[in-house]
Amino acid sequence: MKTTTDNSGDVRLTQIGKRYGAFTAVHPLDLTVPEGSFFALLGASGCGKTTTLRMIAGLEEPSQGAVHLGDQDVTHLPPYKRPVNTVFQSYALFPHLDIFENVAFGLRRRGIKSVKKQVEEMLDLVQLGEQARKKPHQLSGGQQQRVAVARALINHPKVLLLDEPLGALDLKLRRQMQLELKRIQTEVGITFVHVTHDQEEAMTMADTVAVMNAGRVEQLGSPTDLYENPRTTFVANFLGTSNFIEADVDFKTGDEIALNAGGGKLFLPVARCSAPAASGGKVLVGVRPEKISLTHADDAGEIPEGRNRITGRIADSSFIGVSTQYVIDSPVCSGFEVYAQNVDRDPRLTPGAEVVLHWNPAHTFGLDAAQDADAGVESVEEDAA
Amino acid sequence: MPFVNWLKRHLVVIAGLFTLGYLLLPNVVVTVFSFNKPKGRFNYEWQQFSTDAWKDPCGVAGMCGSLSLSLQIAVWATLGATVLGTMIAFALVRYRFRARGAVNSLIFLPMAMPEVVMAASLLTLFLNMGAQLGFWTILIAHIMFCLSFVVTAVKARVMSMDPRLEQAAQDLYAGPVQTFLRVTLPIAAPGIAAGALLAFALSFDDFIITNFNAGSTVTFPMFVWGSAQRGTPVQINVIGTAMFVVAVLFVLTSMVIGNRRNKQKA
Repeated sequence: MKTTTDNSGDVRLTQIGKRYGAFTAVHPLDLTVPEGSFFALLGASGCGKTTTLRMIAGLEEPSQGAVHLGDQDVTHLPPYKRPVNTVFQSYALFPHLDIFENVAFGLRRRGIKSVKKQVEEMLDLVQLGEQARKKPHQLSGGQQQRVAVARALINHPKVLLLDEPLGALDLKLRRQMQLELKRIQTEVGITFVHVTHDQEEAMTMADTVAVMNAGRVEQLGSPTDLYENPRTTFVANFLGTSNFIEADVDFKTGDEIALNAGGGKLFLPVARCSAPAASGGKVLVGVRPEKISLTHADDAGEIPEGRNRITGRIADSSFIGVSTQYVIDSPVCSGFEVYAQNVDRDPRLTPGAEVVLHWNPAHTFGLDAAQDADAGVESVEEDAA
Repeated sequence: MPFVNWLKRHLVVIAGLFTLGYLLLPNVVVTVFSFNKPKGRFNYEWQQFSTDAWKDPCGVAGMCGSLSLSLQIAVWATLGATVLGTMIAFALVRYRFRARGAVNSLIFLPMAMPEVVMAASLLTLFLNMGAQLGFWTILIAHIMFCLSFVVTAVKARVMSMDPRLEQAAQDLYAGPVQTFLRVTLPIAAPGIAAGALLAFALSFDDFIITNFNAGSTVTFPMFVWGSAQRGTPVQINVIGTAMFVVAVLFVLTSMVIGNRRNKQKA
């Protein structure tokens, strides 16, 4: 639809922070969202993600720092003078106006007289051409959501802000709208900044995800990067599930760190270790449940050389169709989670069986041992409930 | 027992009709007696059908003057109470200030106060201030007692309003004035209209407070009261019927418009 070649769609936050009295909602942070990207702010409720979004929109005055859109400093501009538009949580459609007038609202306020063609095109884009004369309350949740997107997009904002736009929809509709939003973003090429607490949503839709926790950005990167190389236990636990073993650093070779966990040897690529890992120090060794293979203790000899391995006993297993999820108790770590694809199921792998867990050392990541291994676990469960 | 069964099935409708009849009977009497031709000065007994009073509604000395005065006071009191009351309602819902809770309950006080007591104390106040009793004292008193009702009606509406709607308007390039005119006011309008209608009705037929503070000015309710001592002209019924008809037409028109809008949408 509209493509710009300059970088006027960049969002730059410089040392931006927000305090309410003694409470700090957002610690001073720097963030750059490149033009045309789909950026997600991910975190549990109360982590400051919505406050950050509202500071970009101008609905919240930052206590410090600056907001730039491209080269323009918009820090002190009121919301109605900023070239950004927001899709609000629960949509905030005007109940006294019909769908057409809701979508035309922004154009009319800017004094554009002939809005009919634009509004109709926009309603077609979100597949609501037939509903133009209905009132918001006559539409379903998914349709209202699309009106909210259309109402914002019609203004060709430099940046579209989305505040938990899919939170009120049921799971199936949410999946559908995720793809729909992604399609629209690709089609219009506008910078999207999306706030969500749903890690799956963030990973499916965004090019770049910033994981926020307690008013700080914990880590920023592509979904794959965040998932494969988490740098804190919070990120490791908030995005998917992680297993952690506390290990002592034995020695360091060129690009590998040898570790000692309860007598067993583990190897970790230096590049995947975010902790200092000096000899004699401690490291939290992390590995994702789906990277691990399970072999019955009787067949331990068949495991190829060069793999990280630990022994344990199956405490629990649950069959969920495509895969089986095992919980394994091991001397170095209790409650180890392993997800095994149901390709060739070994019938001996039942609760009580002695097993060897093994994985490619390249899939190991190392974290600073001085942090809580369970950070970020609880908040995920809270949202799921 | 077919009759008993029939009665059982239609009991709710019958009870409803009786209640409606009970509600509307006074209006029917007023209307019927506006076509009476009484023998004496009192319009209390049916004599014969006549349209004399309808042909000459202002035929009674002083009545139409008092009616016009009452209408003027009602319009100004409605305007004053609605504007002030709406502002108070917004302040009470939207802003956190010290003693907000106290103000919230103080607003209800005039509604709870016996009217006759308030009337007497208002008179004392006006006399002590050396105010000339008349149009202005009546208007001030009316705005005062209408305020609580307007505040209550508007507050309920504003409280149920999502503050994000105004943020959305601002986000869509509407400045503060535009946001208020295009979003806040239209959404609060039903509450404001309800408050205004209530204020008009309360002001128009108020007798007690008006009687105390009117001085030599005579409003329509005062005129009716006064004439009831000496004889009730049929024209009073004519005015009453006319007002009833206007109100019914008002309701019907808004219903028809509402229906037509809904049909257009569907």
